[in-house]
Formats: sequence, C-alpha cells, structure tokens
Amino acid sequence: MHIVDGALANSVVAGGAVVAVGGIALGLRHLPIEKIPAAGVLSASFFVASLIHVPVGPSSVHLILNGLAGLVLGWAAFPALFVGLLLQAVFFGFGGLTVLGINAVNIAMPAVIAGLIFRPMIGRGSHLAGAIWGGIGGAFAITLTTLMVAISLMMSGEEFNAAAKLVFFTHIPVMGIEAVLTAAAVYLARTVKPELFSTMKGPNA
Amino acid sequence: MGHVLSSGEKTLSETGASLGGGRIGMLDARIRIVVTMAFAITVVGLSQIPVLILALCVSLFLLTQSNLPARRTLKRMAMMDGFIFFMLGLMPFTTPGEAMFTVFGFPATWEGLFLAIEIGLTANAVVLAVLTLLGTLEPVALGHALYALKCPERLVHLLMFTIRYIEVLREEYLRLRTSMKMRCFQPRTNWHTYRSYGYLVGMMLVRAVERSERILGAMKCRGFTGRIILLEQFRLSRYDHIFATCAALVMLLLIGLELSHVFA
Repeated sequence: MHIVDGALANSVVAGGAVVAVGGIALGLRHLPIEKIPAAGVLSASFFVASLIHVPVGPSSVHLILNGLAGLVLGWAAFPALFVGLLLQAVFFGFGGLTVLGINAVNIAMPAVIAGLIFRPMIGRGSHLAGAIWGGIGGAFAITLTTLMVAISLMMSGEEFNAAAKLVFFTHIPVMGIEAVLTAAAVYLARTVKPELFSTMKGPNA
Repeated sequence: MGHVLSSGEKTLSETGASLGGGRIGMLDARIRIVVTMAFAITVVGLSQIPVLILALCVSLFLLTQSNLPARRTLKRMAMMDGFIFFMLGLMPFTTPGEAMFTVFGFPATWEGLFLAIEIGLTANAVVLAVLTLLGTLEPVALGHALYALKCPERLVHLLMFTIRYIEVLREEYLRLRTSMKMRCFQPRTNWHTYRSYGYLVGMMLVRAVERSERILGAMKCRGFTGRIILLEQFRLSRYDHIFATCAALVMLLLIGLELSHVFA
C-alpha cells in the first residue's frame, strides 16, 4: 500500500501534500490537548497493529486497520495515522518522504470518512449489529484506500494502469480479512468497554 | 512490516540510548531534517539515469559516514525493493515504445525498462538518505527538532506520545500473543484465526484507552495545565554550516548535471 518516492507524477505528490496538510489541520482542531494522551496511545496501538502479520494461505499480510482507527479516533485519525506513516518512513524506510502527503491522504482520508459514516451505527443496537456495521466500516475504508492508491497511480501515467489494477485485485482478500478483524475488534470493545468509541468525543476524557 | 524486527529488537530506539551516528550523529537535528527534505525533492525531480546513479552514490557516501551497520541498512532498503519489484517488473510491458523482446506476445519496451530503473534508483537514493540522516536520530529528538522547525505543537505532542508508547504497546501485544500461544492458538487461514486476531486488536485498544486515562490522571496530579514544555535547545555549530553548504553544493551539482544534459 505504500507508494515510494519517484513513482508518482509531481502534480499528484504536490496535491497529496496540500490535502494532507489540510486534513492534519482539521484533525488537530478536533484534538484538544486533554485528548492527546488518548490519541497518542491509540496511535501507537495502530502502529503496533500494523506490525501484526496474519496468515493468508501460504503467505501473510500485515494489517492496516485504518477503518478501525477512524471508528475509534474520528477526525483525529488523520494526524494519528500521519504520525505512524512518518515514523515508518523515517525509522523503517517504508514508504517515501516526498510521498508522505499522498500516502497519508490515501490511508487517513478513508479512515475519517468511515468514522463519520459508521461511528453512529456501531454504538446502537445489539453487540452483533454493532460488530457487523464495524466490519462494513472496516471493509469500506480499506477498499477506498486501495481505490485511492490505484487512482494516484493512474493519474501519474497510463503505464501505471496495469500496476493500479494489480494493487486493487491483490488487495481483495485483505479487504475481507480487515472486515472480519474490525468486526471482531468492535464486538469485543462493545462487550468489554462500550465507551471506547466515545473516547475522542466530548470536551473531556 | 513486522518481519523487519528480529525477535528481541526494539521497535524504536530508547530515549537517551547512544545511537552513535558517527559523523552524521554530530549534526544538528534540524539541519538533518531540512537537508533530507531538500535532497528528497531534488532526487525526485531528477530523471536521467546517470545523474540518479550519482545521487545514489551520495546516499551511499552518507551511509559510510554514519555508524549504521551497512549490511542491515542495505537489507532494509532491499526489503522495500521487494515491495516495488512487481510494479517495476510490469513497467516494460505497459509502457509504449520500442520493443526489446516479447513474452507470450507482450512486447517489453526499452522506454519502460528505463522508467522502471529510474523509479528504482530514485526510491533507493531517497530511502537510504532518510535512513542515514533521519533514522539515526533519537526519536524524541526528531519531535523536538520538528517543533523547532515550527511544526504545530499538538502534532509534535501526538508524535512524542506515539513514540513513547509504541514499545510499551508492543510488549502488551507480545504478552497477549504469549497467552494465546499457551492456550494452543496457532494462526491459520480460517475464521477462528481472524476472529481471535480481531479480539486481540480490540483488547489492545481497550487496554490502550485505559492506560491513557491513567496517564492523563498522573499528568494532572503533577500539575498538567495543558501545555507540555519541550526542553531541548538547538544551537548550530561550525560543523553544521559546513555540512549544509556541502549538501547545497552537491544538490546544485545534481540539478546542474540534469539540466545541462551532460550524459544525454
């Protein structure tokens, strides 16, 4: 899912950076200083979650869980996921530096949208209904991310069309896995600590 | 991404750990960030393969000037190459141009091959520069330097909290995995595995939020007023000025070579 430096057209990279700055600014506006410990610890947990590999047949994929991040963090998912990507780029060499903006947009924007649409749903009804909405939210976010990565590639030149399609089709199993995992995580959180999804809401923690 | 870490290795280096970045380690963190950004943008702007090879050589030179274990760093770089290999492998077949050879009736073009080489060289030159100039920074120093470079205060605090708790939460994750292992959990491709991993992630989040409540309580107890003071003071030395000047000259040289088409 990471795009590297040098692959995309300059206009796409610049556009991504501008949108990322806007998204981070909006996200920070929803993040009073009192909420920073919660947002920071959650951002760290999503970083750790992205280190987890789950098996798929003979291979394995690493989790992204941006849908779950959006459901828990809301708008704050934007700066939180950006921080994770920054640390990955600087200390692991994953993803590039100039493409940090477009990568952040591709991963965090679907998270925020999934949060806005599905967060009201997962708190309502039975735990199972909440989990199903959570799963839909998780699948929605990862699908949107994949589409946005494919679009960023296609906007950079026709020669990337095949790579864009490859990215989309190879990620179809990932979408299913992320959906099941998000649903299970929401189910557990609804059972153990229902207020998890309102941590980042309201004026005080 | 977890396969980058061998067992027992920390995710991020600890605060106060001596990283011994060699000569690179003597440089001011702000200068390192600015130079890396400028270098990355310059390299992404280059398009001629000989100039890009020169840029990669600059990155390799930087690697020799840091104390980073060369083999491990190059291995990390190669891991990224493995990531993009398939995308680059497709390029010759999808770029229109003069045919080089055909595979199952699909022509591979020289133009596509050159484009793939260009992207590969760019990506490697930038990643290597990032790992040597920024990757050798103490994570906390990165936060302080970004603040000194006028990054929004709240974003820097978010970054600092994330850095502080990544290792703590990874240990929590490993504890949960151990307890799953003790109950004979074996990851396979099935519903049970995915549901268990989902519960694992959910439990991590629950514990993270509860931990953050305790953190906020502890901070308030010590008179937290909503402002965190970043203590570090930066001062530029003569050495920083020399490095910045050399870096600027190298980048100007790269741009000059690109524009003058010496190699074309």
